Amino acid sequence: MGSGRRWAVSFSDNSTSPSCRDIRDPPGFTRASVDQDDSTASRQKKDAESNWKAQKAWEVAQAPFKNLLMMGFMMWMAGNTVHLFSIGITFSALWQPVSALQGVGKVFEPYKDSKVELLGPKLLFIALNLGGLALGVWKLNTLGLLPTHASDWVSSLPPAQEVEYSGGGIPL
Amino acid sequence: MAIRSFFVPFLLFGLYFYSSLSPVLSLYEDQVGLMDWHQQYIGKVKQAVFSTQKTGRRRVIVSTEENVIASLDLRHGEIFWRHLLGSDDVIDGIDIGLGKYVITLSSGGSILRSWNLPDGQMVWESYLQGPKHSKSFLLVPTNLKIEKDSVIVVFSNGRLHAVSCIDGEVLWKKDFEAESFEVQQVIKPPGSDLIYVVGFAASSQFEMYQINGRNGELLKHESTTFSSGFLGEVSLVSSETVVALDSTGSILLTISFQNGEISFQQTPISNLYEHFSGPAIIIPSSVPGIFAIKTNAITIFIRVIGEGMLEVAEKTNHETAISDSLPLSEGQQAFALIQHAGSEIHLAVKLAHDWDGNLLKESIKMNQQRGLVHKVFINNYIRTDKSHGFRVLIVMEDHSLLLLQQGTIVWSREDGLASIIDVTTSELPVERDGVSVAKVEHNLFEWLKGHMLKLKGTLMLASPEDVALIQSMRLKSSEKSKMTRDHNGFRKLLIVLTRAGKLFALHTGDGHIVWSHLLRSLHKSEPCQSPIGLNLYQWQVPHHHAMDENPSVLVVSRCGPSSDAPGVLSFIDTYTGNELSSLSLAHAVAQVIPLPYTDSTEQRLHLLIDSDKHAHLYPKTSEALSIFKREFSNIYWYSVEGHNGIIKGHALKYECTGKVADEFCFDTRELWSVVFPSESEKIIATVTRKLNEVVHTQAKVIADQDVMYKYISKNLLFVVTVAPKGCGEIGSVTPEESWLVAYLIDTVTGRILHRVTHHGAQGPVHAVFSENWVVYHYFNLRAHRYELSVIELYDQSRADNKDVWKLVLGKHNLTSPISLFSRPEVITKSQSYFFTHSVKAIAVTSTAKGITSKQLLIGTIGDQVLALDKRFLDPRRSVNPTQAEKEEGIIPLTDSLPIIPQSYVTHALRVEGLRGIITVPAKLESTTLVFAHGVDLFFTQLAPSRTYDSLTEDFNYALLLITIVALVAAIFVTWRLSERKELQEKWR
Repeated sequence: MGSGRRWAVSFSDNSTSPSCRDIRDPPGFTRASVDQDDSTASRQKKDAESNWKAQKAWEVAQAPFKNLLMMGFMMWMAGNTVHLFSIGITFSALWQPVSALQGVGKVFEPYKDSKVELLGPKLLFIALNLGGLALGVWKLNTLGLLPTHASDWVSSLPPAQEVEYSGGGIPL
Repeated sequence: MAIRSFFVPFLLFGLYFYSSLSPVLSLYEDQVGLMDWHQQYIGKVKQAVFSTQKTGRRRVIVSTEENVIASLDLRHGEIFWRHLLGSDDVIDGIDIGLGKYVITLSSGGSILRSWNLPDGQMVWESYLQGPKHSKSFLLVPTNLKIEKDSVIVVFSNGRLHAVSCIDGEVLWKKDFEAESFEVQQVIKPPGSDLIYVVGFAASSQFEMYQINGRNGELLKHESTTFSSGFLGEVSLVSSETVVALDSTGSILLTISFQNGEISFQQTPISNLYEHFSGPAIIIPSSVPGIFAIKTNAITIFIRVIGEGMLEVAEKTNHETAISDSLPLSEGQQAFALIQHAGSEIHLAVKLAHDWDGNLLKESIKMNQQRGLVHKVFINNYIRTDKSHGFRVLIVMEDHSLLLLQQGTIVWSREDGLASIIDVTTSELPVERDGVSVAKVEHNLFEWLKGHMLKLKGTLMLASPEDVALIQSMRLKSSEKSKMTRDHNGFRKLLIVLTRAGKLFALHTGDGHIVWSHLLRSLHKSEPCQSPIGLNLYQWQVPHHHAMDENPSVLVVSRCGPSSDAPGVLSFIDTYTGNELSSLSLAHAVAQVIPLPYTDSTEQRLHLLIDSDKHAHLYPKTSEALSIFKREFSNIYWYSVEGHNGIIKGHALKYECTGKVADEFCFDTRELWSVVFPSESEKIIATVTRKLNEVVHTQAKVIADQDVMYKYISKNLLFVVTVAPKGCGEIGSVTPEESWLVAYLIDTVTGRILHRVTHHGAQGPVHAVFSENWVVYHYFNLRAHRYELSVIELYDQSRADNKDVWKLVLGKHNLTSPISLFSRPEVITKSQSYFFTHSVKAIAVTSTAKGITSKQLLIGTIGDQVLALDKRFLDPRRSVNPTQAEKEEGIIPLTDSLPIIPQSYVTHALRVEGLRGIITVPAKLESTTLVFAHGVDLFFTQLAPSRTYDSLTEDFNYALLLITIVALVAAIFVTWRLSERKELQEKWR
């Protein structure tokens, strides 16, 4: 302690370095046991965590299925005529999978782990969302809003020009 | 394209939604006059009788060439009442009886009617028959009475009738059955009960009958032979003297039949006027002691001075017109004389026995565009100082009617507009900068005031006066009568050609006359004696190139009624009304064919066919010629010869042979002809599509997303023939003898695409052709009802184009040019429906892009215009349409077409004497402009599928504005609140 320094706060955490420990451990705390089991316990813990992550990832991947069922029910309720409700449902059915697919990376971010195999859940997630999208498109088609008929492509086709021109009539 | 087709169902849905919401198009009471206008006319005045009694309103009763009798207000020229008689009921004479009845004689003197003067109600009607056809005369003598009954004397159909003025009963009649007797005058001298009937017999005999007016007894019959015969009309110079011309037109005959003795006096015209050459004609007039003759361009007034002596009163080479005489007090007779002098007319009122003195002499400046004075009618009134004042009604060359009084034109009526021959339209000039500031400021105040009033109206705060003010503001909105083009294309010029040869430009906003021009080329001239205006064509419509040029129209006219008379072309600038140029053609004009090509200044090429079947190209420029030569082999023309039932198709050959080399003249050769058997068929109607019609698509989407391809061709002619026996009136033949055959003929190849026979049907036929369908109206003799039939044409050869991938990738040939020689396979669908009304004209709405659904505009016999959705005339209608068909908008089939009272376009108005309906597209796709003309004019805007592309007139702008303001305020307030809250959060 120098003469100029009255007090100091050290922010460095010394809790894990027993060598410079000069404060006693709180009562009931035994440092020895922790130090002993350190390596095995952490491995176990990590395994459990990755298992848990994998499980969670599968759960997340299956989530759109429920959504799919719900959407199907809503669509059935909306009927086959074009009106505000059915259009709203259909567009939300189209939008949800698209936005979900865009955020595939983000959805599985928390479960990212070197040991966790995320490809399976991701593929399932994508497949289910594509299924949702297909359902939306199918609905769009049943509403008649998809240009799948010849009529959709010729409805604004201008009349063909005629090569010949003829005029006349009753003499004036 | 995908996007467009993607949206089409939405659009269609919207349309369907709207149309199902309100199937009829109708308007509210306060919307009348906002977009429509109506003008009433009477036509060229033939005869006028004044009714200026002390009591009651001063009025003049007129009969016109449009067969109208009308009572006009003398103060303003407004119509009190008006009746339009049928076209086969031509008015021969009018007069006023007992001061309270208007007496009219019509139908060649066989129908005599009496109308109540104040309100125009008919009082009685009498049919007058007679042994033979003759001239007819109507006299209403003031002093002839039979048993206290006032008498009307009518000479018609070779019989003299005395008819009671009270109930129209014939009191006595006297036949003039002599074979060759041609009546010239019926005279009733005042102060006696005698009636003189004078006329010619066997062309050289003068006959005079003296009849007792009380009982029709023949008192005396004298006749004298004059060897050299008579020419034309006679002029009455006193109650017992007439003047006639001999058959050479060079000797004047004064014929006096005083006391039943006929005496002749011959005076060669050369004695009176030494430079006389060529025949003269007598100008009909009835001024005592004076008559006028016309020789070459000189009018000579001749005085009769006792015992048949003649004396020239005045010679003039100005154009003149003279009125009949008007009895003043003390047995004096006055008449009016009008002479043209440059841009002025001189009006003189003289006493009959005193040529040199004038009671009145005035000069009035006259618009040159009104032409010459054709008729003069004089009337007098007593001034406060007991002297006579005169008012004069004049009828001008352009058929307008003017009242002159005290040297000024008191009022004028443009009655030429009652006889429109042809109509076309022109755009207005584009708005340019440079509106004066003062005007804007003035308008700003008005604008603010107007909006305040409107706001009051929408918030229901307006008092009744305010409401009236708002309504008048809406009606008089300066916006609609502006002289510039508008964004929606509602403001246009209607260019109309009238029978008088005058061209008018009417503004579509409020119907005012922008300019009028009496065509110089339609003026009588040395080479062109009686020019007749025929048709109007759009000559130059600048829109892409040549924006600086003014648009112009082509007026085609002809010298004289025969079809081989030489033609005259005039080109008129539609912005100013100036005649740009006029061409007197060496050839006749039998047909005018506007070609679908324009030159670099956007002048449309026109092909004129003359009576020798040579084709002449206009404009005569080398550029036009090169364009024409490029398309030469693809241009055809056809002629319909109604009288012998032949339709011929022609192609062009190079250069005219024979005459002087003219590179703009082409020979033609006949390609095909369709000959209808004259014993069983006679052509009564032909219709083609409008040249400028725009069709949006060639496909028709039907139920279940299926497609049918329309057969759309500009070169189709719809022809209707009837059995020759069935040409007469309806009901003149039995159903077995009458049939009607409809043809659709390709005018390039002469192929008959479709033919259908309606047994037991009869004309007249009215038809309209648009896109791929034609609708026609005829009478069904078996059902005793009118019918409307529709034929739709579909192209079967395209029907296989249903592969989506080919269409997506554009691997189809649906839009490639087609030749009519490739024999398209056409199938037709047709259906007929009963229709309640008989029809005067049929038209169809036309829009800018042809997307909007169509309405038929039917001019009914009641002179109204009815709008009928084309959906009602759909051959795919069935009694029980399937669900899909219902969704498509197909209406269940009914036997007759519904007439919904709200769908009358003319609402409560009538377009008297309706002759034609013209539709013009506005720039706004939903809207079409409709102009109906007859004796009256009517204009309105129509939106057959409602105005889906613009806000309606009654849209609540104030509410929108208030909402926006409230929203903006709310956003601002909440923003401030949230900001404050955030700050407080931070301080916590």
